[in-house]
Amino acid sequence: MGSMNTIKPKTRLSNSNLLFIIAGVIFVLMYGFALISFPGSFMQFQTFFDLFNLNAALIIMTLGLCIVMIVGGIDISIGAVCGLVTMACAMLLESKMGNVWGALLLALGIGIAFGVLQGYLIAYLEIQPFIITLAGLFLAQGLLTTIHKDPINVTMPAFVSLRDFKIVIPWLGTQNRLGNFIPCEIKPGVIVVVALVVLLAALMKWSRFGRNVYAVGGNSQSAMMLGINVKRTIFFTYVICGLTAGISGFVFIMTTGAGNIGNGALFEIKAIASNVIGGTLLNGGVGNLLGSPIGALTLLVINELIRAAGVQSNFQAIVSGLLLYLFIVLQSVVMSLRDRRKFKLALPPWLRLPGKKKAGNQE
Amino acid sequence: MQRLKAQLYQLSYLFLPLSVLVLLIVINLIKGADYFSITMVKGAFYGEIPNILFGASELVILSIGMTLVTAASQGQDIGIGASATITSAVFVLFVLNAGAVNLWTIVLTIVAGFLLSCMAGLVVGAFNGILVSVFKVQPMVATLILFMGGRSIAFMIDGKVSPILANPISNQIGTVINFTINNSKYVVPIQTPIILTAIFIVIVAVVLKKTNLRLYVESVGINPSAARLNGINPKKIIFLTFLIMGVCTAVAGFIAVNKAGRHDSVNLLKFIMMDAILAVAIGGNALSGGKFSITGSIIGAYTIEMLNRTLLRLEVEPAMIKAFKAVFIIILMVIASPVVRVFAKKVLYKAQTIVAGVTVRKTGGPNNAVVSDTDTSGKKEE
Repeated sequence: MGSMNTIKPKTRLSNSNLLFIIAGVIFVLMYGFALISFPGSFMQFQTFFDLFNLNAALIIMTLGLCIVMIVGGIDISIGAVCGLVTMACAMLLESKMGNVWGALLLALGIGIAFGVLQGYLIAYLEIQPFIITLAGLFLAQGLLTTIHKDPINVTMPAFVSLRDFKIVIPWLGTQNRLGNFIPCEIKPGVIVVVALVVLLAALMKWSRFGRNVYAVGGNSQSAMMLGINVKRTIFFTYVICGLTAGISGFVFIMTTGAGNIGNGALFEIKAIASNVIGGTLLNGGVGNLLGSPIGALTLLVINELIRAAGVQSNFQAIVSGLLLYLFIVLQSVVMSLRDRRKFKLALPPWLRLPGKKKAGNQE
Repeated sequence: MQRLKAQLYQLSYLFLPLSVLVLLIVINLIKGADYFSITMVKGAFYGEIPNILFGASELVILSIGMTLVTAASQGQDIGIGASATITSAVFVLFVLNAGAVNLWTIVLTIVAGFLLSCMAGLVVGAFNGILVSVFKVQPMVATLILFMGGRSIAFMIDGKVSPILANPISNQIGTVINFTINNSKYVVPIQTPIILTAIFIVIVAVVLKKTNLRLYVESVGINPSAARLNGINPKKIIFLTFLIMGVCTAVAGFIAVNKAGRHDSVNLLKFIMMDAILAVAIGGNALSGGKFSITGSIIGAYTIEMLNRTLLRLEVEPAMIKAFKAVFIIILMVIASPVVRVFAKKVLYKAQTIVAGVTVRKTGGPNNAVVSDTDTSGKKEE
């Protein structure tokens, strides 16, 4: 993995790989723990697929945010944009000229419009990203309540068939209590997730744009001296983020089939948390796009675990906060252990991570 | 002359918040000339301006803390609403469990409860501060933990849904103090949250004036490693700013819970972190740390409250208020953005040189004076 990216210095690259590996290990441990403690529910494949089925929108949003976070910015408007898209699509589908393709175009258009507006203001006018995307959040929420206040349940036949469309995997499944075989089901949103992960990961790994993003996030000054168009790079990251927010809105309404004010509320916080667990730093320059879906899944597995344990809902928030605390501290401790030479030898050999060994060899 | 220039330079920091404030006042005056009118109701002042001061009191206090945190740690605390909920939950728990009946014992329990909530605020601040300073987590991520779990902790402290503060003293802290001496009633004409906010601002101003806090925070915010080489421990300073933030959340929570008269752990100060960060930005502070201006943040906080009330006064539909606010913020930030500023400076400079050239041609005198004139004006613009 170390030789893929030649622009960035080696140590930084292994940093993002290290964080990615930590995220992956944590996810596997988490799921293993879930399997051991609640074998009844987590052993079923459907539970695993439901993580994707029900949270496809969040994972898509996380991907776009990851690119923005790698370039060193932040976008907190994505949740509200997602909500706006669901409501606008529901309005369009319920009106007389409703059309699924039109709704999809509308979703993409809203997402790109927000991305272009915010990206232009942040990249070319050099305004602080937090404030502009905060304004974007207010704008999206305001537009959402302006166009419609009450929940809309979409009843258009073409859309309902799309909503209920499922891909059945006949060879995977579980026996229910009566002994009937129930095959696993996948919603079309999952395919969108997989396609976007592959597409964006390839974009970040092998395209010029992806390398520019890492370079700008690492140090925009030196990136500019290398001849990278910093402003355009930042601009396009926000456009991509807006686009993924639009797609996630469409996937959201494809899953639930209703437009509501509360749709996508506080998703931006969840997305930031998943990216942090997935090993993307808010400072920029460090991160792996594949880490963000893993981070999102870790967060979701935590929630599922707590729900399965039957804890009170207030405890649920506290426990997920505590687990987030543990991850953050673990990440930071591992990073600092790596940075300090004197601590390198203190690690027992079975704790040494592959990325670390490589760095040691180079020195 | 030098002194005047220095003062002008200081004022240029406040250019953005002050111009926004003036703009809002003008809009309000166009809507109705009775904007500044103040009426006396039961011996206390009410009106648009007192309402703004009253409504923005928590926001002002939190934005002061946010300014310090932003300046030192180059990031923002997004968990302040939840922190304030926790501290005020401690306060409410103490006051309700003390069961004081007598007037003076109630006052004592409220003071003790306030001090206790300040302790809780220090604990919360220490929690965030250790994460940020020792573990080097970005502030926004570190405070995400309390943002996620804080309100639930507050609910557990409460033990039930929204306990009610039904004693007369908290009611007076929330509204207006009135007392009787020798059978004659006296009323403090200004609402109590305004007084508390003013006291807090004065304390902060004195602390900043008398201690080296400003210098240390700014040097840490500009370059932590350079500060460390100069003998300032950045960890300690960042930790200290988070402790101050904790005290600020305690004071803000105290005011908010007394205003509401009940402790609603779900909705108390719900989206205040956005407004507080916005206040810091409108105040002309960089969100990437470094130099800060508390005055700017305070004016920014009052501006936000004024903007909210202006939109209400202009009878904008409640559903559209947020969109209007967003458009206003975007326009504001575009005007204040570095690129537009540089462009405006260039245009000004060109205009001045053209004017100067015309005058020189007319008078035919030496252009030394003209050059020095443009120079000074250029500096003022910065």
